[in-house]
Order: sequence, then structure tokens, then C-alpha cells
Amino acid sequence: MLREIGVESIEELFADIPAHLRLAGPLELDPGQSELEVFQELRALAVRNTSTEDEVCFLGAGMYDHYVPALIDSITSRSEFLTPYTPYQPEVSQGGLQAMFEYQTAICELTGLPVSNASVYEGPSAVAAAGYVAKLANPGRSRFIVSRALHPHSREALATLAHGWGMEVVDAPLCDGLTDLPALDEQVSAVIVQQPNFLGAVEDLEALAGAAHAAGALCVAACDPLPLSVLRAPGECGVDLAVGEGQTLGNRLDFGGPSFGFFAATEALLRRVPGRIAGETVDVEGKRGYVLTLQTREQHIRREKATSNICTAQALNALAGVIYLSWLGRHGIVELTELMLQRTAYARERLAAIDGVALLHDQPVVREFAVALDAPVQAVIDRCVAQGVNPGYALGRDYPEYENGLLVAITERRSRADIDRLADLLDGAVAAERSRNTHHVGAR
Amino acid sequence: MAFTAAADDQLTIYERSKPGRRAFVAPALDVPEHPLDDLIPARLRRAEGERARLPEVSEPEIVRHYNRLSKRNFDLDTGFYPLGSCTMKHNPKLHERVAALDGHARLHPFQDPRHAQGALELMWRLQDSLAVIAGLPHVSLQPSAGSHGELAGVLLTRAFHEDRGETRTQVLTPDTAHGTNPATVTMAGYEVVKVGTDAQGNVDLDDLRAKATPDVACLMLTNPSTLGLFEHGIEEIARIVHDVGATLYYDGANLNAIMGICRPGDMGFDIVHFNLHKSFTQPHGGGGPGAGPIAVADRIEPFLPRPQVVRRDNGNGAQPFFDLDYDRPRSIGRLRGFQGNYGVFVRSYAYIRSLGAAGLRDVSEVAVLNANYLLARLRAEGVLEHLPVAYDRICMHEFVLSGAPMKHDLKIRTLDLAKRLLDHGVHPPTVYFPLLVDEALLIEPTETETKETLDGFAQILVEILREAADDPEIARTAPHTTPVRRLDEAAAARRPVVRQRF
Amino acid sequence: MSDPSYPEELLYHPEHDWARVDGDQATFGITWFAQDSLGEVVFFDPPKVGTTVTKDAAYTEIESVKAVSDVISPLSGEVVEVNDALGDSPETINEDPYGAGWLVKVKLSDPSEQEALLDAAAYAATLS
Repeated sequence: MLREIGVESIEELFADIPAHLRLAGPLELDPGQSELEVFQELRALAVRNTSTEDEVCFLGAGMYDHYVPALIDSITSRSEFLTPYTPYQPEVSQGGLQAMFEYQTAICELTGLPVSNASVYEGPSAVAAAGYVAKLANPGRSRFIVSRALHPHSREALATLAHGWGMEVVDAPLCDGLTDLPALDEQVSAVIVQQPNFLGAVEDLEALAGAAHAAGALCVAACDPLPLSVLRAPGECGVDLAVGEGQTLGNRLDFGGPSFGFFAATEALLRRVPGRIAGETVDVEGKRGYVLTLQTREQHIRREKATSNICTAQALNALAGVIYLSWLGRHGIVELTELMLQRTAYARERLAAIDGVALLHDQPVVREFAVALDAPVQAVIDRCVAQGVNPGYALGRDYPEYENGLLVAITERRSRADIDRLADLLDGAVAAERSRNTHHVGAR
Repeated sequence: MAFTAAADDQLTIYERSKPGRRAFVAPALDVPEHPLDDLIPARLRRAEGERARLPEVSEPEIVRHYNRLSKRNFDLDTGFYPLGSCTMKHNPKLHERVAALDGHARLHPFQDPRHAQGALELMWRLQDSLAVIAGLPHVSLQPSAGSHGELAGVLLTRAFHEDRGETRTQVLTPDTAHGTNPATVTMAGYEVVKVGTDAQGNVDLDDLRAKATPDVACLMLTNPSTLGLFEHGIEEIARIVHDVGATLYYDGANLNAIMGICRPGDMGFDIVHFNLHKSFTQPHGGGGPGAGPIAVADRIEPFLPRPQVVRRDNGNGAQPFFDLDYDRPRSIGRLRGFQGNYGVFVRSYAYIRSLGAAGLRDVSEVAVLNANYLLARLRAEGVLEHLPVAYDRICMHEFVLSGAPMKHDLKIRTLDLAKRLLDHGVHPPTVYFPLLVDEALLIEPTETETKETLDGFAQILVEILREAADDPEIARTAPHTTPVRRLDEAAAARRPVVRQRF
Repeated sequence: MSDPSYPEELLYHPEHDWARVDGDQATFGITWFAQDSLGEVVFFDPPKVGTTVTKDAAYTEIESVKAVSDVISPLSGEVVEVNDALGDSPETINEDPYGAGWLVKVKLSDPSEQEALLDAAAYAATLS
């Protein structure tokens, strides 16, 4: 091969690199290993993680321990879905493009909006992306009003980007667990809320969207997709952009990623939507087919004026999402969500009955709710975990006003027996921690 | 290349649906049942008749539907995929096995760090490996893709300047830059200024000197460039940029050419992003997932996204503790939720551990060898007469040809050549990028292709050109043997149909 | 329209735009060369009636499948009418760039600006 090129050694092919920049020795990395050794190392790392197979997990707060049906892996592990690139040559990418089209349809149905893209990275960055759409659609406005019950990561991601736009992010406080919008002026670009909100409460999207529109602002709702099967669709309520975290739909926890973000919009915002969109068309023989469409929105054509810089997104994870939604089906998704609804109600009743545990609010919830403990929450969590049950997310770090708050999530994997066990353990842990504190006080 | 052509292959999952069919069976209700109205007021709920119109199909139908769809895709495991700038190298199958281990796959992102030591240590070690490869000491794994890493880099630059009390308004990018670069600049709130390319395919140093003012925050560069060429004047570029106090950003899309050979940190770059779905074998998945971690110099470190994965040593011989550090007062904040695309980290880490130092160097050497060899073959076969190389230099891991002479002599365009390649069971190279080259064809073979595959590809090009000389219509109406023929993209854009209509 | 065409009675701007002047009003559009370079036009979003347009400045964009192009105003004035029919059939810009594919009608603020424009022959010469 070197002869064909006309050089004596591979070294010569790197002649353009100045000699003093070329590394004299090998990189300071360990030598390569056999497949067996690498497997053993990765497994040794895996066993030092407590997964949802090792404990009963009531942790939610944005990602949830659902059952992922076996057929998803069997499809997404196929080479034809796993290994191709973005479908720039549509004639040999109809599988991926049609799957995107089917996915977009499902998201439109869940959100009640007519337009969906083919995925963005995940939930919080989808909220930031929605902020960018609002900024471009509503130029000259300087502020986002963001519910205090928007996921803390979403709020932070938006703030990080908004800083570069010279825009500010202002909290709307909560009243009794629900967003309490302040008066809005014409500086507000968008009102951003979460459904159900971070404390599990079901918001009145119609009222919030109405208030936003009255001020000429857009309304963005970050949604948990399964609850959307029973709640009034955001689009029906007047929401302009419905986005959210898609992990719940057929994707693994994977310590936070990869999952996917969904992004749906009104017709008016179609040409401002970021990311890939698959569209229907026909070929020269009149056969129906699919292509990436409205590409003039995107970075590879519009460059500095693009709706977003996004290129690679989360296509394989969105595929898992649409397979999952097909598996649940039109009625199955409602049955699943209603099951979680009933179990959540049961869990809430059982926990609220514990001495030293009170509901943080009594708003309607779907699959997650918040309680306040009369004991140090981390110590209570540690006691439960030691007994094989992870009781939930400690709210204190993000919400100093709920110092000993605990956010408890229910999925179809949490049976009544699991919930009863949680209640028993919490009862014991709270009591133990309270008596510890009493003793401490007494000792002084 | 065989594609099944069953007549009803085209139905969507919605068109296959029949009322009452289902795959999912809900677990039995094991708690007392409350009326729905008691739990959620009716005005907040969907009415019975308003259920989302999701499919109604059984499991066998779902499996068959998506399996059939899959057979309408070309993929890397099946054939050659010389997409320039995308680094379509083989995805080792071990990676799927390790990524699926429960301890990695079923780990909640809010799990207590004390119970996620394996994950945090893996991330820390991956960070360390990437730092070594880049020659820059501090790494954040948070960004989810290359363009996300670019956004992080420009926001870090902004924070760096603001910290020094400066407000700068411009970012420079070469006219050969990938579209994500200027799009990122605007998203970060800066103005894009383009820098020209000289006749040798390098950044035009005179143009750079003229445009590098103290109002410039950063220069974003890819090296080797998107033309597949190493920047001759990279050190002078770094000097010019640093002299006006700006940062130098490295777009890692072309890292496959230089691993173990040289390091961006040594060239003077302050911030580097990696595409783990390019050089580090994360499967592309038809458009993601990927990951775009960044490595930065000391002076940029304080601004890294929050949280950072850190290693805490007690110093008394105890096991180190790996943790998520949120205490970063000058951080730009977050770009996304949780810690990043961990599943991608598992695969990339396994790759680096498999190859090791010598293996990574081999990767780049063979990538560059393969590209130069293919170019030499094309020259020997006379292909370059119709598709001349844009810059007559030793290329690195990829090279650009121009289809302008072919368009004039043979009456077929780069687009037609690409579509005809589909009939030969090969994925076309990248077309019409970079913009600087007329009728561009950007070819990147990667190191995991055999000499036979490269020889075969050269022969296919020879055949297509010969055929075009005889009858250009064949290529101009190609492809002929794919599941669909050329599609009407104009109609799709004029009257967009982006969802199933019921 | 498959063959190049530059009607004699129009005035041309070097950035591939034409003007049909009638007293103190003018109609604008893009030339055969512009629509040929763009390829099949898929979208045109007209400026609002009442918008001010300035000679040599971009006043709108035209999108094809693979490109976006600024449209340059040949003369200055105020938009009095826009071609709404293009919303449904943007491809008219390709088929009939000088007739049904007109973009906007403008009340000119300074009709003397037309002296700076090119005639058909001079414009065609810039293309070779």
C-alpha cells in the first residue's frame, strides 16, 4: 500500500505535522487488553453500582424505573437500526425515516400538538431549546418566567443558555404545590412550567397558557409522557411548545443517559422547530416514502441562522420510544397510567398516615408525590436503603424551604407489597431518627 | 445488496392497527380503587373519547413491522460507509454486552454516589484517558453530542472573558467549518465572522490576522480541517489568536487522524471536544445517541459545567472515593440533566481499554494510510481526471474530490454519482460539503476497512464513470435497485406532512 | 422556465433581482439565474405590507430544498402589496419568475435610484 501511495513509511504521511508536535513516546495509557479482560473490568465496575435490580427503588425526579419489554432490545439491537448514520441518503434509509415519522405521530398524539421533531437529547436541554425558539419567535423580550416546580436541571440548563442571550430567568413561586404566576408584562418571552410538576402536582395548563398569551408570551410545558395519556393534552390547553424527557418510554436508566427528549409545537412554530423532522413524500414512481424535511431550518444549511446547532440527536432511543408506545398501545398506556395513579394514591395514604410524615401538598398527582419528614431526611433514607428499599429523592438540596422533603415515585414495578414495605420502613426510620434527636436534645 | 420487497412493506404501524389488538397486559390492580374523578378532577383529564391514537397491534405484528422496516436500511455492519467527517468505523460488539450489564444499565442517575462507585470511577477514568489523548488536563463528560460540546466550549469562552471583566462579541470560524460551528456561535449569543482558506487548503493567515481583533472571543478550528488537511500554520494561528486574548477551540470531528500522533493541547488549543460516536465507536443509531465531552486547559477549568466527576483521596491508604462535585462557584452551570450519556461512556471506555496506547496510535496511522492509499488507487485508475482532488497534498484520514469536471465532461453531478453508488451496495461519501469545493465529495474510509474493500470501491467508481460516458441517464435517474427511488424533497418541504393523518 | 431569460423591459440588480417600474411604483422579483441557482423553491415568507425596503439591503428570504437565499431590494420604498399566492405555490417563482412569480409591489421613495440599475444586456453580461 505504501508503494502505491509512493512513500517509504507511514511516518511520511504525517510530514505535515511539525516534528516537535509529534509525540515521541506512546500516550500515557495502559496497554490494550483482550475482550475477556475488558469484559471482566467492566463487570467489576458494574457490581459496585446498586441498580434497580439490587434494591426496591422509589427514586424518580425525572427518570423512572419502568419495565422495559424484551422486544425493544431485540429490535434496537438489529444492525440495521443500530449502526447506520443519520439518513442523508433517504433511498437506503426508509426504515429509520419511517420509524421517525411514526414516532413523531405518537408524540403529536400524546401532546395534542400538530408538529413534532425526531428527537432532541433529553428533557432539560429540550426546555433550553424551547427557550431558544421563544427568543427567536418573540424577539426583543428579555425574560423567561419559570415555575419553581420546573425540574431543577431544566431550570439550570435554561439559565446557562439564557445568559448568552442576555435574558434573565425569573422564578414563579408555588402556592400549595402549584405554580402561582406573577403579573406578566411585555418583557416576558415565555412562561415555562412542568406537567406534572416536580413535586408531582397536576397543573392547570389552560390557565397558565391563557395568562402567557394575554401578555403576548409563549407557553412552554415540560411534560412527563405517560401521564399525558390521561391528562388533558397540552395542545388542547393552549400550550405552544410541549417538550420533555422520554426515558420513561422504553429506555433504560443508564445512570442518566442516553435517553431522548421530545419536542412538539404548534403549526405556527413549524419552521422554528429544532432538529430533524421526517416528512412524507413520493418517489419518481409514485411510491410513498420519507425524507428529512424542512432542512433549511438546520445547521448544515442555515448555519449561523439555524433554529439550533443540533446535528446528532437520539434516534435509536426515540425508536425505542415508539416501539414502547406501540407495545403499550392506545388503551394499554391508559391502563398503565391508571394503575400507577391508583397505586400512587394508595402510597400517599399509607405514608401520610405515618407519624412524622405529612404530605407537602394535597394537589392531584399521577405517579409521584412529595412528603415532609419530621426527621433528617438523609438519615431516614440511609436506614431504608440499608434494608433494601430506596425511598425516594431528598428535596432539600434544590428546595431549602422543604429541608426534609422526600419525593416518592411509583411505577408499575412497585407493587402493593413494595409500597407496604416502604411504609413500614419509613415508619420505623422516622421514629428511630426522631427518638435519636429527642435523646440528643435531652442530653444537652 | 438484497432488500425484501413485500407489497405491504410500506404500511405504517398506524395503518396496521386494528381496534382491540394489544401487546401489553397490565398487572392486576392490587390496591383499593378510587373513582378517577376523586383523584384528578375531570376538567384536568382527557375525556374518554379523546385517548391518544396510539397503535393497536399485537407483539408479533410489532416485531414483524420493525424487522421489515430494518431491512429497508443500509447500515455499517452490512457495507462500506465512507462518509467523510463521520468516521464510520466498526462498532465492536463487546460494547453492547457490557453496556447492558445491570449495574450500568439499570442504575438510577440520582443513586447515592456511595452506591454508584463503579459508574463514577468509570467516568473518572474515561475523563483521564480523554485528557491524555487531548493533551489537556480537565474533562467534562456532560455534553450529549459534538454540537453540544461546541456549545459548551463557546459558553466556557464567554465565562472566561466575563471573569476577566471583558465583553467580546465575535467568534471566528473558517469558511470550511461544519455548519454546527456557526450555528453554535449564534446560539451562544455571539456574531459569526468567517475566515478564508488559502490555495493550499489552509486557513488564510493574512485574513486571520486582519480579523483577529480584541473583540474576538474565540477561533473555532478543526485540525485536520474538513478538507482532510493538517493546518501547516497551526502554531502561528495559535499565536495570533492568543495574542489578542482569545481562546482557541478544537472541533474533534477529525480526531481519528491524530490519536497518539500529536495532541491538540500541544498545538495550543484551549478547549477540545470529542465525538464519542465518531472516533470512539459509539454506534450511530441512525442519528444518535452520541456524546461530546470536552477537555480544557487550566485557565478554563473553573468554568466547567456542574457537576464534575472528581476523585477524593483520603491519603491514609483508603480506597479513593469518586464523587459528583457541585461546588463550582464559577461554573457555567448545566447543559442538560444528570451526568451525561453514561451508556455511551461505558462503550467508549471499553474501546479505549481494548486498544490501549499502541492500539489508538495504530487506529490513526491506519486511518491515514487507508485514505492515502484509496486516493492513490483512484489516481492510478484515472478516476481523478473526472473527480480531481481539491488540494494536491498528502491527505490525512479523509480527502475531498470535486465533481465539477465530471459535471462538465460526463453530464452527471456528484449527486448522481452518489445515487448510483447506492445501486452498488455502498453508502456514498459525504456530498456537497465542505462548501468551499464545487460539487464536493468527502471520502473517509476509516481504519477498519480492508485493502480489498478499498480496491473494490475504486473499481465501482471506475465503472460508474465509464457507464456515465456511455449513458449519463442511468446515474441521473439512479438509484434503481433500492426500496424507493429518488424522492421528491421539494414536495416534502412545500407541503410538509410530518405526522400520520387519521 | 428552462431557458435563461432576461426581459428587455425590466431593470436588474447585480444580486439577481429585477424591478418593473411604473411611475412611482415598482414590482420586484428574482431573476432566472437566481431561481436556477436555488433549485426548486419550497418556501417564501413575504414581508408585511407597510415594511420599508432599502436599496441593496435584504428584505426577505427564499428557501429551496437545500439552500436559503437573501433577496436584495433593487430600490427603496414601502411595501404596498405582497404575492400571497406564493404561499400555496412557491414553485411559481421557478416557473414564471417575471410574471406570476413576482414577490412584492413597492411605492418608491426615490425613483431616481433606478438609474443605478442595469438593463437586460448589462445584467446578462455579469453572468458570463
